[in-house]
Amino acid sequence: MSKVINSLEEAIKKCELKDGMTVSFHHHLRNGDFVLNKVMKTIDEMGYKDIKIAPSSIFPIHEPLIDLMKRKVVTGVTANYMRGPVAEAISEGIMDEPAIFHSHGGRPRAIENGEIKIDVAFIAAPTCDKEGNMNGVDGPAACGSLGYTYVDARYADKVVAVTDNLVDYPASPISIDETHVDYVVEIDSIGDPNGIVSGSTQITRDPVGLSIARYASKVIEHSGLLKNGLSFQTGAGGASLATAYYLKSLLKEKNIKGSFCMGGITGYMVNLLEEGLFEKLMDVQCFDIEAVKSLKRNPNHQEISASHYANPDSKSSVIKNLDIVILGATEIDTNFNVNVHTDSNGYIMGGSGGHSDTAAESKLCMIVAPLFRARLPIVVDRVHTITTPGSTVDVLVTERGIAVNPKRQDLKDKLKTAGLPIVEIEELKAMGEKIAGKAKKAETEDKIVARVIYRDGKELDVIRQIKS
Amino acid sequence: MSKVRRTMLFIPGDNPGMLLNGGVLGADSIIFDLEDAVSLTEKDSARILVRNALKNLDYGKTEVIVRINALNTDFWKKDLDQIIPALPEVIMPPKIEKAEEIVEICEYISKIEKDMGIEDKTIKIIPIIETSLGIENSFQIGQASPRLEALFLGAEDLTANIGAKRTKSGDEIFYSRSRIVIAAKASEIQAIDTPYTDIDDEEGLKKDAQFAKDMGFDGKASISPRHVETINKVFTPSEEEIEFAKEVIEAINRAEEEGRGVISMKGQMIDAPIVNRANHVLEIYKSVMGGSINE
Repeated sequence: MSKVINSLEEAIKKCELKDGMTVSFHHHLRNGDFVLNKVMKTIDEMGYKDIKIAPSSIFPIHEPLIDLMKRKVVTGVTANYMRGPVAEAISEGIMDEPAIFHSHGGRPRAIENGEIKIDVAFIAAPTCDKEGNMNGVDGPAACGSLGYTYVDARYADKVVAVTDNLVDYPASPISIDETHVDYVVEIDSIGDPNGIVSGSTQITRDPVGLSIARYASKVIEHSGLLKNGLSFQTGAGGASLATAYYLKSLLKEKNIKGSFCMGGITGYMVNLLEEGLFEKLMDVQCFDIEAVKSLKRNPNHQEISASHYANPDSKSSVIKNLDIVILGATEIDTNFNVNVHTDSNGYIMGGSGGHSDTAAESKLCMIVAPLFRARLPIVVDRVHTITTPGSTVDVLVTERGIAVNPKRQDLKDKLKTAGLPIVEIEELKAMGEKIAGKAKKAETEDKIVARVIYRDGKELDVIRQIKS
Repeated sequence: MSKVRRTMLFIPGDNPGMLLNGGVLGADSIIFDLEDAVSLTEKDSARILVRNALKNLDYGKTEVIVRINALNTDFWKKDLDQIIPALPEVIMPPKIEKAEEIVEICEYISKIEKDMGIEDKTIKIIPIIETSLGIENSFQIGQASPRLEALFLGAEDLTANIGAKRTKSGDEIFYSRSRIVIAAKASEIQAIDTPYTDIDDEEGLKKDAQFAKDMGFDGKASISPRHVETINKVFTPSEEEIEFAKEVIEAINRAEEEGRGVISMKGQMIDAPIVNRANHVLEIYKSVMGGSINE
């Protein structure tokens, strides 16, 4: 019997979806994803209620979910990251049940051990054959790595591949193979590949960002980790990428060759690979089209699953071999707890992604952030939401000084000896407040709108409804 | 020792964001500009902004210089009236052509210092030499006041003044560069080189800065924060230079302990200029070691 089904509606019927069930999606098409909206529209038209959704992330393009939440078609959300109108609506208390935030490593852990039970996984497949062999590197909506959805394919009761590029059997290369796939649905378009570009993928020209990056590169230089075989992760975003730029100069200058780079992969990291400064790229997610092209052509650019990336219960994962990670922060407190979930008004505007995973496992977790965001100091007494526990953060780099977590006296000594401007985190807080004043805390209601689940499955924090 | 001034970064006096962050951009000195960067209609507001920045913000170890308007304008005295009480470390007067102009400015500053109860000669001066007459008078200018810390070559106005074409290779300013270095060194003050104006040409910048350093300049100005790191690198002693300097000082110390008058190292005679140079290298190294808050 053919797996190819004519419509999403028919596939949903065949999967025997029922009210109260959970459907999942991946976010590799990011803000260019059409699949979640199309599937959920169909589910709504078919009259379902009380559906739980478990996309790996939610983006502004998923705004139609708000109406479904209002009408109780959608009554539960589990994701690793959310921004845009849906995140705002959840912050304002649109749902009765709190949303659940996992990390990129925590989600596969929770799926594998049954904490998240997926009834039907709808997998946007940029290229797919009639039996469900699929990849993300070809097709009009090529998004590169399909890293986050491997676990959905393997553990969901039913798996539907949704594609706009149905190719002759067998597709190649194969990322997710036919053994996991129940049905294949061809639709007009699964997404807009331009939407995969993450935030800023250009090195910042902002002089403050460059100053931060310069310090960050000096921390790397004097950390004791700058040697052959170095492994490194940085996010997209101006200052993080600028740090990679300075790291590149350092590697060249000192004739050092790194082992692997990982994380959301950008063209800049592809450049590091192609210039021979790193041996491999480990890619759970592509952040721009250059990365997608590289994944297709370069065997040293390796696609990996989220479980392989960061699952704390895996027998091993790549981040256990990660030396240095550079991460951002919307806020950091004097205990080094970091918030990337909520903004200064208390609204959800992000999520851990791999933040807490990489912080926990890397040898050096460096937070890079300007001392002010707009007019607000970023160092506070207590972050609004704990995304990443301060116990896993080693150092905060700002343009006005570097604060080392007291638990890393060894690192502090090394950086001081090197002449870097080491200050206490309380001093950075005082500097910020001297210039910008102390920010008023965002006010909230009692109702919990989201729970932040740490990678080990324990609740780390809760997010409360914005005061109306 | 005199202050290390590898980089002097211009910051427009009417840009609050840049004024706020001036101390974190890596430059040894920052120049808050009230002259060319500020339009005629904004002169008064920029002056107030710079004054308030000086009064309220902490620039750490970064030296703060204020470029005032030229002596042939109505602004320079007003600039000094507002700025001197806020205690910048250095005043940078532009288009200086004669020693008498320095004397005139110094007298005016002395008067304000006295009125405000500021110790005499607290405020230093680094004049910009940017005309043919200024170049020819540079030695006299360098001798004009104990407030002088350096001579600063401004090549853009200079080339316009002499009718030369400004080029990346800088052949047209070779004489002026030489003249400024000699005049400054003869006056026992520093020489600061003109900015490199192509913001995106990092290789060109590196070459130009290296050339200036090799000629004897102590530092170089910059009009872009993105140039700061490259200039700093060029004007920071290399690892080899630092090692050599350390060896020289060790050899000197050993010779002193052993009571030897004639000192040689690896077959090379060590004389006073070599020792002075070694001390200078080590002083720069100590002051910028590993990247202080200024680096």
